[in-house]
Amino acid sequence: MLESRLVTTLSAFDQGDRRAAARLISLVENGGPQAEEVLHRLYPRLGRVPRIGITGPPGVGKSTLVDTLIRHHRQNDLRVGVVAVDPSSPFSGGAVLGDRVRMGDLATDPGVFIRSMATRGSLGGLARATKDVADVLEAFGHDILIIETVGVGQTEMDIAAAADTVVVVVSPESGDSIQAMKAGLMEVADVLVVNKADRPAAGQMMRTLEADLHLRPAAPWTPPVVATIASRGEGVAELTDAVSRHYDHLQESGTLEERRLDRARTEIAAILDDRLRQHAHQRLADQLAPWAELVVQGEATPYSAARSLLAALLEEHS
Amino acid sequence: MSDAKSLTASLYTRPDDNDKHVTVSGREISPLVTPDDVADLDYQQDLGNPGEYPYTRGVHASMYRGKVWTMRQFAGFGTAEQTNERYRFLMGRGQTGLSVAFDLPTLMGRDSDDEWSLGEVGKCGVAISSLQDMETLFDGIPLADISTSMTINSPAAIIWAMYIAAAERQGADIAKLRGTLQNDILKEFIAQKEFIFPPEPSMKLVTDTIEFGTREMPQFNTISISGYHIREAGSTAVQELAFTLADGFAYVDHAIAAGLDVDEFAPRLSFFFNSHLDLFEEIAKFRAARRIWARHMKDRYKAKNPRSWLLRFHTQTAGCSLTAQQPHLNIVRTAYEALAGVLGGTQSLHTNSMDEALALPSEESVEIALRTQQILAHEIGVASTTDPLAGSYFVEKLTSEMEAGAEEYFTRINEAGGVVPALEEGFFQREIADAAHWYQMALERKQRVVVGVNEYVNPDEKQAMPLLHIDKDVARKQNEKLAALRERRSTETHGAALTRIEQTARDGGNLMPAFVEAVKADATLGEIIETLKTVYGEYVEPIII
Amino acid sequence: MERAIRVLVAKAGLDGHDRGAKVVARALRDAGMEVIYTGIRQTPAMIAEAAVQEDVDAVGLSLLSGAHMHIFPEVLKLMREKGAGDILLTGGGCINDTDMAELAEQGVGALFGPGASTGAIVEYIREEIGRRRAEEDSA
Repeated sequence: MLESRLVTTLSAFDQGDRRAAARLISLVENGGPQAEEVLHRLYPRLGRVPRIGITGPPGVGKSTLVDTLIRHHRQNDLRVGVVAVDPSSPFSGGAVLGDRVRMGDLATDPGVFIRSMATRGSLGGLARATKDVADVLEAFGHDILIIETVGVGQTEMDIAAAADTVVVVVSPESGDSIQAMKAGLMEVADVLVVNKADRPAAGQMMRTLEADLHLRPAAPWTPPVVATIASRGEGVAELTDAVSRHYDHLQESGTLEERRLDRARTEIAAILDDRLRQHAHQRLADQLAPWAELVVQGEATPYSAARSLLAALLEEHS
Repeated sequence: MSDAKSLTASLYTRPDDNDKHVTVSGREISPLVTPDDVADLDYQQDLGNPGEYPYTRGVHASMYRGKVWTMRQFAGFGTAEQTNERYRFLMGRGQTGLSVAFDLPTLMGRDSDDEWSLGEVGKCGVAISSLQDMETLFDGIPLADISTSMTINSPAAIIWAMYIAAAERQGADIAKLRGTLQNDILKEFIAQKEFIFPPEPSMKLVTDTIEFGTREMPQFNTISISGYHIREAGSTAVQELAFTLADGFAYVDHAIAAGLDVDEFAPRLSFFFNSHLDLFEEIAKFRAARRIWARHMKDRYKAKNPRSWLLRFHTQTAGCSLTAQQPHLNIVRTAYEALAGVLGGTQSLHTNSMDEALALPSEESVEIALRTQQILAHEIGVASTTDPLAGSYFVEKLTSEMEAGAEEYFTRINEAGGVVPALEEGFFQREIADAAHWYQMALERKQRVVVGVNEYVNPDEKQAMPLLHIDKDVARKQNEKLAALRERRSTETHGAALTRIEQTARDGGNLMPAFVEAVKADATLGEIIETLKTVYGEYVEPIII
Repeated sequence: MERAIRVLVAKAGLDGHDRGAKVVARALRDAGMEVIYTGIRQTPAMIAEAAVQEDVDAVGLSLLSGAHMHIFPEVLKLMREKGAGDILLTGGGCINDTDMAELAEQGVGALFGPGASTGAIVEYIREEIGRRRAEEDSA
C-alpha cells in the first residue's frame, strides 16, 4: 500500500515532474517498504534502456569523459540519466560529491538528469541502491543511463556489474592504473579507455593493455581499447561506437537475456533475504538478549541458540 | 645556549592543537634564538649589502632614503567616472601611484551588458568594457606622469591594449609609460580562479605581453607574479613564497622557450606579496624571496644582467585578516602588516581600509589607510635605514628556514613535472585547501585568537559603520554606453579587427598589435574574449576540496 | 538510521574565491552530511536545477562579490518555480547585517558573514532541517 503522499508524487513523476523524480530517487536510495512498493510499480517500464557503467581509478578524467559522452548523446537527441557515486568518509559518514563540477552547464539541459550518490559505508547495499536509483531514472524516461563510480575496489565492481556495458577508464601516468589492472577491474571491463591519450606514455599503456588482452583465453567478446582526450572531446565517437557494438553483441549472443535472468534471480533472492531477515528480527528481537545471556553463561552456543530460534519461528508458521 | 628550543624545519608541522605559539601559518615559533642557530650565516654569501647580490637586504643601496616606497591604493568601483573621482581624491591625499581594481565582469572578460554580468557590474571594481571607458577612467590624469598598476589577469593583454591606446590619445610616448600589469594567470589556476582559457593558450598570452613590453615599453612591468591571492586562499607563508617563485620560474621558462633572452625580459618581471599578521614570518618571507630569486636567476638561469637578479615587489596588507567585528581594529592590524612590508623592503604598498570585510573602502576609511603609510614613512623612523633587522638571530634563522622550505616545494613541483602539470593535477590547490582548513579549525578551537571575533567579543555589537554603496544605476549607464558604442562604430573596421585577432590566434603570432587595433576600432572586451574562446576553448578546473 | 542531510554548496556568479566554500564543504562532510559541491561559476538556473535533481535539504551559496542582493532572490524565485521553495536557502560571505535582514524578509534563511564559525553553520543546518523534517512528518 502506497502512502497517499507518494501516490501524489508518483503521479507527478508520471507527468515528467523532475522534483517528483528526485524525491522518488531519495526514497529508493534510503530503502524501505514504500520504496519497494514504488519500485514494484515502476518495474514493468524497465529493461529497454542500455546502462553503461564508467569506472576506474581517481584522477583519470572519468567525469570529464562522462560530460563529453552526455553531450554526444544529446546531439543525437537522446535523454541521458546519470548516477555519479562517490565515497563517503569512513570517519564521519559524510561525503563531498563533486562530479557535477565537470558537468556544470548540463544542469539546465532538460534532457539530462544527474544524481550524485554517496557510498554511505554500505556493506553491499550500495550496488542495490545504485540499481534502484537507475531504475527510477529509467522509468522517468531516459534513453540511456550512465553510472559513474570511482575506484578500484569490490564495491565499484559490483556497481559496474549492474551495468550492461562496463567501461574501465585509465590514464597513462597514474600508477593507480596498474593497480586497477591488478585489482581485477580488467576482468569486468567490456570496453577499456585510455584517457589523456595526448600524454607521452599513452601509446605504451595502450600496447600493454592490448597485450594483456591477447593473453586471455578466446572469448566471444574482446574488450576494445579506445584512446580518448576527454578534455577535447576526442575519441568520444569511437567510445560510443564500441559501447553500442557491445550492446549489440549482448543482444545477438543472448547474453543480455542471460544477464537479465541472472539479475532477476539475484534481485528476488536479495529482496527475499531482506524480508526474511527483517521478519525474523521482528519476531525474535526480544528473545535475543536472554539467549545471549545463556551463551555467555556457557549454557548454549550461538549455534544452538540460532537453531532453537529458527525452529520456534518455523513452528509458528506451520 | 641549550635552553633554546629549536624550530623544526618541517613544512608540514601540525602543532599540538593547544600550542598557541604558532604563526598564522601554523609554524611553531621559537621562544629564543641564539648565535649558535645562525652560526653558518655568511654575510657576503647569504646577505650582502642592500643593492648587492644576493639582495637579501634590499634591491637598492639607498632604499627608502633614496625614494620612499610608492603608496599605491588599489581602487575602483562603479563607473569609470566614479572611479576617476576616487583616483583624484587619492592623489589629492598624497598617494604616489595608481592602482586599478576592475569589476568581476571585466576580470572575467565580459561586457557590462553580458547576461553573466547581472548584479555584478561595478560591485568589486570599475566596469571597463571598451577603450572609451578606459579613457574616461584616466580623464584628467596624465598617464605619462604617473605609474599605473592594473590588476587584471585573463583579459590582461586586452585591458593593456586599452590603456596603451588611451595613453596614446593623451599624447603620451608609450615607450616611456610606467606601470604594472598583473597578468599572472598561473595563480588564477592555483588560487583566484579568474581563468578563462586553458593553461597553454593562457601562458601564450602572457608571453605575448612580455615580448611586446620588452620591445615597445621597456619601463613597464608586464607581469606581477603574485603570492597575495595564494595567501588569501589560505596558504601558509612558505607556500605563498614557494608557489609564487615557482610561477615566476615557469614564466621565465616559457619566455625563454618562446625565443626571448633572459636578460631582455627578466628585469621587468615584478612580484606581488601579501603582508599578513605574523610580523617576523612576513619579514623573513620577503628577504628570503629576494635571496631565492637572485640565486636561481644567477646560478640556474645564468642571467648576466644584475637587474635580472632583482626581485622587486608590491605588497598588500592581508585582506583575509580583516574582521567585520569591531572594524576599527583593522586599522591596527593593517598598520602592523604595513610595518612588516616596509621592514621587508617592499617597493610599493597598498594598505587595506577598515571596512573592507564588508564593502569597498569609503573615502574616510581609505584616507586613514593612506595616512597609515604616511605615518610609517615620516614618523616611525623605519624609512631612514635599510633592512634594520639584518643580523637578528631570530630573523636570519627564519629567513633561512623560509628559503629551505621553498626549495623543498620546488623539488616536489619539479617531480610533478612542473607548475602546469602540478596545477592540472591539483597539487597546489590541495596544499592550499589543507592549510585553509587547518586555520579555520585552529580558530574554532581557539588555538588562534582573533580579537573581537573569537575572543574579546562585544556581544551587543551592531554593524554601524557607514558602508560604500554602489550606485544602482551603474549597470544601466553601462548598457547605454555600450549600445551607443555599437551604434556609432564602423562595422567594417570592427569586423576586420576581430577577424585579425582570430587569425593571429590561430597562427600563433603576437596578439598585442591586433588587440590595440581592435580596441581602437571600438571592439568591446567581451567581443574580443569571445573571439579568443572560439580558438582557445574554455577551462574547467579539477575538483579539489 | 537518520536520513542523511544533503546540502548543495555553490559559488554563484563570476567570483572564484572559493576558500570559504571549500572549508564549509569539508566541515559539513565532517559533520556527516552529503555535500553536493558544484564549484564556481554557477548561475541561479544551474543552482536551482541541481538542487531539484539532487533533492537537497539545503542550498548554501558563497558570495563575496557584492552580488548577493541579486543572486539570492533569483535563486529563491527559480527554486519556487520548480516547486522546491521548501528547500532551505542559506549561505554566507561579504554580506552585511542590513542586507541579511532584507533577504530574510524575502524567505532566505540565516546567512553567515565574516567571522562565522563552521560549527555555527553545521548546527544551524542540523536544527533547521531537523525542524522542517519533523513538521513534514507530522503533516
